[in-house]
Amino acid sequence: MQLRVPVRGPAALKVLAAAGAAAAPVQLVWGGPSEPPRAPLRPPWAPALELDSGTVLFSPNAICQFFFLTRGDEPTDLSNQWLEWEATELQPAATAALYARLVLGRTALEAAQGLGKLLTHIEQSLARRGAAFLAGDTPSVADVVVWGTLFPILQDENSLPSELQALRTWFQSMTLLEACRDAADSVLMPKALLEFKSYLQKQPPPCLAMQRATSNEPEEEEGSERALTEEEIAAAADAWARGAAALPKPWQPQKPVLPVEGMRNVLITSALPYVNNVPHLGNIIGCVLSADTFARYCRLRNWNTLYVCGTDEYGTATETKAVEEGLTPQEICNKYHTIHADIYRWFDISFDCFGRTTTPSQTTIAQDIFQRLLARGFLLQDTVEQLRCEGCQRFLADRFVEGTCPFCSYEEARGDQCDKCGKLINAVELKNPQCKLCRGVPTVKPTQHLFLDLPKLEERLEAWLEQSWATGDWTANARYITRSWIRDGLKPRCITRDLKWGTPVPLDGFRDKVFYVWFDAPIGYLSITANYTDQWERWWKNPQQVELYNFMAKDNVPFHSVIFPCSLLGADDNYTLVNHLIATEYLNYEDGKFSKSRGVGVFGDMAKDTGIPADIWRFYLLYLRPEGQDSAFSWSDLMLKNNSELLNNLGNFINRAGMFVCKFFGGTVPNMVLTPDDKRLLARVTLELRQYHQLLEKVRIREALRCILSISRHGNQYIQVNEPWKRIKGDEKDRQHAGTVTGVAVNMASLLAVMLQPYMPSVSLAIQGQLCIPPDSFVLSHDFTCTLPPGHRVGTVSPLFQKLENDRVEALRRRFGGGQPEDLAVEPQAKQTPSASQPPPAPETLMAPIDSQRLQELTQEVARQGNHVRQLKANKAEKAQIDMEVAKLLELKKQLALAEGKSPEVSVPKGKQKK
Amino acid sequence: MAARPGPGVGELVLLEKLLGLPKGSKYGVQGERKIPVLQTNSGPGLTGIMTIAAYLVKQAKKEQLLGSTAEEKAVVQQWLEYRVTQVDGSSSKEDTRIILKDLNIHLEDKVYLAGNVFTLADILMYYGLHHIMVDLTVQEKEKYLNVSRWFNHIQHYPGVRQHLSNVVFIKNRLYTNAH
Repeated sequence: MQLRVPVRGPAALKVLAAAGAAAAPVQLVWGGPSEPPRAPLRPPWAPALELDSGTVLFSPNAICQFFFLTRGDEPTDLSNQWLEWEATELQPAATAALYARLVLGRTALEAAQGLGKLLTHIEQSLARRGAAFLAGDTPSVADVVVWGTLFPILQDENSLPSELQALRTWFQSMTLLEACRDAADSVLMPKALLEFKSYLQKQPPPCLAMQRATSNEPEEEEGSERALTEEEIAAAADAWARGAAALPKPWQPQKPVLPVEGMRNVLITSALPYVNNVPHLGNIIGCVLSADTFARYCRLRNWNTLYVCGTDEYGTATETKAVEEGLTPQEICNKYHTIHADIYRWFDISFDCFGRTTTPSQTTIAQDIFQRLLARGFLLQDTVEQLRCEGCQRFLADRFVEGTCPFCSYEEARGDQCDKCGKLINAVELKNPQCKLCRGVPTVKPTQHLFLDLPKLEERLEAWLEQSWATGDWTANARYITRSWIRDGLKPRCITRDLKWGTPVPLDGFRDKVFYVWFDAPIGYLSITANYTDQWERWWKNPQQVELYNFMAKDNVPFHSVIFPCSLLGADDNYTLVNHLIATEYLNYEDGKFSKSRGVGVFGDMAKDTGIPADIWRFYLLYLRPEGQDSAFSWSDLMLKNNSELLNNLGNFINRAGMFVCKFFGGTVPNMVLTPDDKRLLARVTLELRQYHQLLEKVRIREALRCILSISRHGNQYIQVNEPWKRIKGDEKDRQHAGTVTGVAVNMASLLAVMLQPYMPSVSLAIQGQLCIPPDSFVLSHDFTCTLPPGHRVGTVSPLFQKLENDRVEALRRRFGGGQPEDLAVEPQAKQTPSASQPPPAPETLMAPIDSQRLQELTQEVARQGNHVRQLKANKAEKAQIDMEVAKLLELKKQLALAEGKSPEVSVPKGKQKK
Repeated sequence: MAARPGPGVGELVLLEKLLGLPKGSKYGVQGERKIPVLQTNSGPGLTGIMTIAAYLVKQAKKEQLLGSTAEEKAVVQQWLEYRVTQVDGSSSKEDTRIILKDLNIHLEDKVYLAGNVFTLADILMYYGLHHIMVDLTVQEKEKYLNVSRWFNHIQHYPGVRQHLSNVVFIKNRLYTNAH
């Protein structure tokens, strides 16, 4: 039997220890299989035990069990129980702890603390039964399995808290066992931990508490409240006082935008959408909209930014579509290019140029790269057997052949795949092949093709990747996909195709062929830029000055991280290679997939017909941008987010701030005399603003949006607590305070307008118009300054958002398919009937909010309880007492949120998460 | 975040009946995930579905359901683990899809999960997948043909299904053109 160990990690450790303990005669093979496993059951890192019978065991615990069985150790109830506990409880927590240790750099002690209760469980079991090992007096499979998972985290018993005495003793004796020691020597220590680290880095972070550092849950706010120092408050007040003069002047680039010496030059691309599909919402958030938001942010930061995109037009699919519709390929492209351009215009995508790949520049640049690759010996020639139709005088691309499936004898199998049995087919293996165009019988003929010699370029690629990963922001999935491509081994890739619709191959013997679309398409970025400016090389052959961001969905990663860079590295002309590769996961539609053929989902051209404004779509798509994991579009959630976040939170705040200026101060921003409370608010807003920058600089678009909502939430609370509508009727001092609150609030609204611009450009523009924000203030700095000084006149203020009604949303859901009501059962927050969970819309101005008395009481209670908790914490009170008081605080906050008409979920605690 | 009822005590009661054990075992649940706990006459009881199920099988003296050779036993262990980690841990349609795809490939050349013998792995996998299979469309059932064939076989195995609804599979293929 053969034991294959692809990655030196915890799983490898336990199976080797078990094999050693059982003295099993295994043949050990390091590294992944030469062919990917037939069944995708096992993750790529999992060891596999291939038995002589052909059975493959892929579960590390089952492999260990097998070894112990072969030496005659039958499982007992107790060992079974440990194995089950290890698989369901310990392993997920241990993965997170190891991640914390290796990737986040925590110490072994801290990582062990993360395992908390689980270690206590082992301690108690050992202590209670008084045996030396988990399932008896001798080491069993249970001990090996648990030890193997813990060892990489702890390494020695000294990482364990001293009160876990029994656990320490057990761990020490396990580590001293010969089989365990040998396994540790050969698998892990200490160098191999680094190898495992690099593997972990390419994984999405385990979904425990690790990622929460940037979220804005109530408990976190509690933390940031405490974190405000006197210096921060003073600095925020200073920055405020400096006013708009302290802001940098907004940068207006010359057209065409070209790199400028001494500036940060940002080149942004979005994956080129394939021309003959109408993009759906998932496509839109996956690349063009994400890239647009980032491009807008860059411009607001005064970075010199160029954003290019266009339609990818060549290839078989266009050619077949043209045959279907009875048009020429060019006519098809023209037709669909316009559809694409219209959709993106409607979504307010701010391309600097939106071009296409079927242009003379494309031919020139693609052929130049090809010639350079050829001259440098990076192209190979090989003969391929292919079907040729003599009637049509052409070799047939896979999709142009039909015939009988060689596997299941289905008669209408396509040249690349059988629709009946689903197997992939090599077109020459089809029985009774037929040319799809003329129904003639094609014959197998040898044909010459050119291949890009990826193995020869691998070394350069690896060197470049290492450097790009060290200095750039690549999303975890992009790193992971790239690494697994390289690990599986690079093979020469065919770059030519027997088609007509493509860039011609400029080489004798290949003149009737074109470039394969994956070779050709990324070159579109260059040629589209070339059609924008004849100085395109200043962007694309200028890695010293230019920083390149590629946006795409994850399925596009290998083309941008491996194949295209190999083409450019091989062509060796100082090309600008990607610095930051930003890949999203997938957006699903109401728990299913978007499907054009089944008419399920919202497609770009239909979004307009829903009557919901483009900015609402932008907001919701960015709010659920699949960053880190797949997410799902849901109609009821769209309604909920619109009504709670936009209408009741953001819109309500901005509208009230503006209305107060109009109603109480005749449209002129009043004088402001800042009290310590006001200054604290300035500091809080500054914190959120900085967080927003930090996140967007790392292209965490979805998370940065939470900062905006958080600022307006602070604003609402500020107004609610200070009640300017009452104070304005009071004495001189009260009136002054009402002025201050109104002035600060309207300046917050002005800041929000700028911060919101990358997400909702039209709404931002509307706020700019309503508040008459000077264009010079439309720039982002790291400080919150007073941009609307006393005396500034605002314009006419009106509501920014409309409520979405349940009936309308239900009608839309029915129209676009998917999501039967019972399907929603898996989505707890959407399950509540909307009418019950929807708070009434906030009145335009809360002059006399419904039950304002109660609101005020609650607000005060929250503040009092918050102080109480802080006091307790400061005095290091007992944990139980603190927990009880925190629970009270959260309950109060929840009531307050409900009373304020916010969505209740914003105040539901996310459980304890410490440090 | 799945809102469906978790796996647990219910299926263990079904298993007891299937094994012909007398009624009256005392079960509790533990923790957020409601892991079943079986009270036994000695000690603190047994925790976890796999563990309790294996114990019940031994009580009923039907050890062959746990596999006869070392290899079979390990394979049964492996699929029980897959059931409690992957199937019970799945929370989205995408997870479900991956599981069905996995199983479909695995079952391509097998009658039962462990090859040619019916084992505890088949029983618990059947209980664990029932709520998923009930909701599949006809088209999906066809797509995961091997899973459907296996599932249909297990639900007709004497004593397995009990009060659970019978999932209907259509014999003729409808979606020959489906991709």
